[in-house]
Amino acid sequence: MGKYAIFVWPAYGVTALVLLWMVFDSLGRARRWRIRASKRPEDQGDRP
Amino acid sequence: MIPALANPQRFMDFSRWAAPWLGALAAALIAIGLWLGFTAPEDYQQGDTVRIMFIHVPAAWMGLFAYLCLGVASFIGLVFRHALADAAARAAAPLGAAFTGLALVTGSLWGKPMWGTWWQWDARMTSVLVLFLFYLGYMALQAAIEDEAKADRAAAILAMVGLINLPIVHYSVEWWNTLHQGESIFRKGGPAMAAVYLWPLGIMALGYTALFGSLWLVRIRAEVWRRRARAAAMKVVS
Amino acid sequence: MSLAALLRRELALAWGRGGGPLLACAFYVAMAALLPLAAGPSPERLAAVAPGSAWVALALASLLSLERLFERDFEDGALDLLTLAPAPLELVCAVKCLAQWIAAGAPLAVLAPVVCIALGADPSLAPLTFVCALVGGLGFAFTGGLGAALALGSRRGGLLIAVIVLPLFAPPVIFGGGAIEAMASGLHWRAGLLLLSAYSLAAVALSPLAMAAACRNALS
Repeated sequence: MGKYAIFVWPAYGVTALVLLWMVFDSLGRARRWRIRASKRPEDQGDRP
Repeated sequence: MIPALANPQRFMDFSRWAAPWLGALAAALIAIGLWLGFTAPEDYQQGDTVRIMFIHVPAAWMGLFAYLCLGVASFIGLVFRHALADAAARAAAPLGAAFTGLALVTGSLWGKPMWGTWWQWDARMTSVLVLFLFYLGYMALQAAIEDEAKADRAAAILAMVGLINLPIVHYSVEWWNTLHQGESIFRKGGPAMAAVYLWPLGIMALGYTALFGSLWLVRIRAEVWRRRARAAAMKVVS
Repeated sequence: MSLAALLRRELALAWGRGGGPLLACAFYVAMAALLPLAAGPSPERLAAVAPGSAWVALALASLLSLERLFERDFEDGALDLLTLAPAPLELVCAVKCLAQWIAAGAPLAVLAPVVCIALGADPSLAPLTFVCALVGGLGFAFTGGLGAALALGSRRGGLLIAVIVLPLFAPPVIFGGGAIEAMASGLHWRAGLLLLSAYSLAAVALSPLAMAAACRNALS
C-alpha cells in the first residue's frame, strides 16, 4: 500500500472503533434498562 | 407494517428477533464487503486510497438515512403524539451522529491524498458538516430540557425545520461553488465506477444499513425499557 | 392587545433590553476589530476577507439578544397571556422577531458597510453590503427567534440557541456573503441577493408557525 497506508489504515481504524462503540453502547444500554425495568415489582406488564 | 409496530408490545416482540437477525446480516455483509474491498485492484488514479471510499460513502449515506428516519419518526411523534415514535427519533440521533462523524473523518483522510487538502468546501462535504452540527444541536436540545415530553416535542420541531434546511444548505454551497467558475468541481469516484468497485461499495452500504437497522431497534428497545422504569419509579413516588 | 400596540411594546423592550442595539453594535465592532489583530494587518489579506468576515460577525451579533426574545415574557407569565390574546400566537411571534429586526438588525445593517470598509473592502461594495445586511438580518431574526422559542425552559440558554441556530444561519450566510464576494470579484451578484431575499422571506413566512408550536410546547 506504500505511501497511502498512513491514510487508509487510520480510516479503517477509526471506522472500526466507532462501529464497535455503536454496537457495545447500544447493547449495553438495552441490557441495563431491561434489568432496571424488570426490577420494579410494580411493573406488571413486562415479558420475561 | 408500521401500524402493527405501533403497539409497544408488538414492537418489542418484533424487534426481539429482528434486531439480532439484522445484526447477523450486517456482520456477514460487512465481512464480505471488506474482503471484496481489499481484494479489489488499486485504482490507477487513486491507488489504494480508493478503499477508503468503501467506508466513507456508506457512512455518509447512513448519516443521511438516519436523519430521514429521525425526521419521519419526529413527524409521527409530533402529529400523532405517539410515544414510540418519539423514542425512535431519540434513539436514531446518536447513531446518525456517529455515522456522520465517521463520514467527515474518513472523507478528510480520503481527500488529503486525493486532492491535497484535508477539507473541501463543496456542497456534499459542507452539507455533511452541517448535518453533524444539526445532530449535535438536536441532542443538546433534548438533553437541556428537563421535561421529557416537552424535550421530545421541541426536538421534533427542530428536526422538521432541519429536514427542510439541509437541502437548502446543499443547494446554497453548490450555487456558491458554481459562482467561482475557475475552480474545478471535485467529483468523488469519477464519472462511472467500475463494477469491481461498485460491488464492495454496494455490499458495504447494505451492511451499514442492516447495522443501523439492528442498532436502531436495539436502542428503541432500550428507550422503551427506560420509559417503563421511569414510569414505574414515578408510580412509587406518587 | 392590538398588533400595533404589541409592536410598540416589543420595540420598547428591544431598545431597552440590556442596552439594546448599542450592545449588539458594540459587539459587532469589537469582533470586527479582533479580525486584524488575529489575521495580521496586511491590507491585501484583510481586504480579501473583509466582506465575508463582516458578514459572519453580523450573523453572530444577531444571536446576542435572542435569548431575551421570549425568555422574559415566559418567566413572568406574559407569554401565557399572549397565547390568550385575540391575535394568533404565530402573529405575536412574528411581531417579536420584526421588532428584533427593527431594533437590532437595522442598526447592524447600517454599521455593516462601515465595518466592511474599515477592514479594507472597496467602498463600492457598501450599498450591497447594507442591503444584504438588512435583508439577511430579517432572516437571522426570524430563524434566531425559532431557536429562542425552542430553547425556552431549557437549562443552557444562549449557547444552546447558537448551536441550534447555526445550521439554519448557513444558507443566508452563504448567499449574502457570496453575493458580496461576487460583486468584489466582478461576477454576477444579483442571484445571491435574490436567494438571500427568498430565504429571509421564507423564514418570515414559515418560522412563526414553528415558533408558536415551540412556545405552546414550553407553556404546556
